[in-house]
Amino acid sequence: MSTPAARRWTGAAARERKRRLVNILMLGLTGLATLLALVPLAWILAEVVARGSSALSVEFLTQTFKPTSLGGGGIWHAIVGTAILVGLASLLAVPVGILAAFYVVAHPNSAMGLAVRFGTDVLSGLPSIVVGLFIYTVLVIERGYSAWAGSLALAILMLPVVVRTTEEMLKLTPQSLREASLGLGAPEWKTTFSVMLPAALTGVVTGLMLAVARVSGETAPLLFTALGSNNLSVALDKPMASLPLTLFKYAVDPSKTRNAQAWAIALVIIVLVLALNVGARLIAMWRSRMMR
Amino acid sequence: MISTQPRALRPASSPVVRALQHGDIPYRGVIALSALAILGLVVGVGVMLWIYSEPTRVAAGWSFVVETAWNPVGEVFGAAPFILGTLNTSLVALIVAFPLGLGVAIFLAELCPIRLRALLGFMVELLAAIPSVVYGAWGIFVFIPAFVQPLGDFLMNTFGNPSRFPFLPILKGPFFGASTLAAGLILAVMILPTISAISRDVLLAVPRAQREAALALGSTRWETIWQVVLPYGLSGILGGIILGLGRALGETMAVTMVIGNVAQVSASLLSPGYSMASVIANEWGESRTPMYASALIEIGLLLFVTSLLLNIVARLLVWSVSRRNPDAGGGRA
Repeated sequence: MSTPAARRWTGAAARERKRRLVNILMLGLTGLATLLALVPLAWILAEVVARGSSALSVEFLTQTFKPTSLGGGGIWHAIVGTAILVGLASLLAVPVGILAAFYVVAHPNSAMGLAVRFGTDVLSGLPSIVVGLFIYTVLVIERGYSAWAGSLALAILMLPVVVRTTEEMLKLTPQSLREASLGLGAPEWKTTFSVMLPAALTGVVTGLMLAVARVSGETAPLLFTALGSNNLSVALDKPMASLPLTLFKYAVDPSKTRNAQAWAIALVIIVLVLALNVGARLIAMWRSRMMR
Repeated sequence: MISTQPRALRPASSPVVRALQHGDIPYRGVIALSALAILGLVVGVGVMLWIYSEPTRVAAGWSFVVETAWNPVGEVFGAAPFILGTLNTSLVALIVAFPLGLGVAIFLAELCPIRLRALLGFMVELLAAIPSVVYGAWGIFVFIPAFVQPLGDFLMNTFGNPSRFPFLPILKGPFFGASTLAAGLILAVMILPTISAISRDVLLAVPRAQREAALALGSTRWETIWQVVLPYGLSGILGGIILGLGRALGETMAVTMVIGNVAQVSASLLSPGYSMASVIANEWGESRTPMYASALIEIGLLLFVTSLLLNIVARLLVWSVSRRNPDAGGGRA
């Protein structure tokens, strides 16, 4: 059986085996990469939950700042601060973002429409610390550190998320809805606000949730704008505390009490951010099932 | 609302209302203004940082970028240690995150059962949702002592000995945990979801026919992926890598907390360093003199310009793939 043809055939079989081996090896490696990518997620979540829950208590959430000699107090001032900063930022970013999304959808191929889409992409890729510096030069140099400045910086970071999710959702809304409204003689703005916007509402809501999730953990831009504070303050023209800034300060503090508190703050932020992300994902899934 | 009143009996709209097309002219104005606001912000950031960095731009000119001394008290401001620090950490991050991210993307786009795809993709993307400052705290208290410290000690003791490996100054000691290596590894975790999400979308945008043709010619699945699908989506994947790089360059808090914050130019990955973003965050409170503030703002300007350029290149690359196959839809970050 050792004709040249048969020898060639066994050589081919060996090559074939090698190809299959490489195939299985490399496909297995991609699966391994996916598993490996999930390790840090599980690790971080486990540490935050384990270390954070031991320092977390009702008093910690409801008390304001106290020196470590008096037990360290709680983070109520930071919770209120973050709520105000993020709430105000949403009020600023959502209307502008939605309107800009309407513009982008109405002018998909014009130079200006493309420029705005591109501007949105650039804005979302901008380092958050650069946005903080920008607000510093615009507002803080003249008027000093304030909650306003912090909210504006956060609003700029939220804007691209709101624009993009609204835009995606508007594109999925059936064109016939819009045409029916226009055909009945409704002006464009009325079509937009009473037909298109309600139809795209879930998209707008998920966009807002993702945007809030993105900025509630932002620290860098607040360093030069809201500055942080140890007092419970609701004045918008004064420095204001926030959860991420407090977490940063406590994590680099030499005191062990503060370090433990930092983990508790991390737990609060992570729960907030994950709830918003999972919630947004669930709404999007529910929505796509409804559309089918 | 259906009006029962016949149209003709309604009062005619006033000339002003008609001239404004029943509100459409102001409406178009308002949405155009909102759209302009976005462009205005992008331009405004550049302009303001340019204006407020004038003192150091005028005093130092281009030498700001190559000067290696950073001595705020003596008013000597050189950004080179920070630029190199940012480059080093980002390179470490890319070298680690690129193969992993591409592997994840291939698994999700080509192999994973459709039911699992959404869930696994979502979980990987959650890595991008974890705030930077939480990564930093995890880095200080968990990641450095449990992983980076033993890894660095091992690298230093094995390869860092200059008499045995004189060609490996990048692994020279001493090593105390907080280092370029630690920052680079944390950045790798942080940019992994960017790279994998964009690459996955790009791979999903590759037409089915390309795969079917390769499989029909007898390729294995890996050969199909490696020789057909990846080359087809190459420019998009490159775009994803560049966007990941852009994220790594501007990442602030996590890096500030683990890099050690020492303004020095060192070849070793194991020595503490400083990055552009972290020097701004860390020294802002101390920058009492106008020159000091201006130097930090100029570093911010450099970050802005870099991220702008990277974004332009990356978007063009990603767009070039999704435009080739518009109905696949994927490709936007």
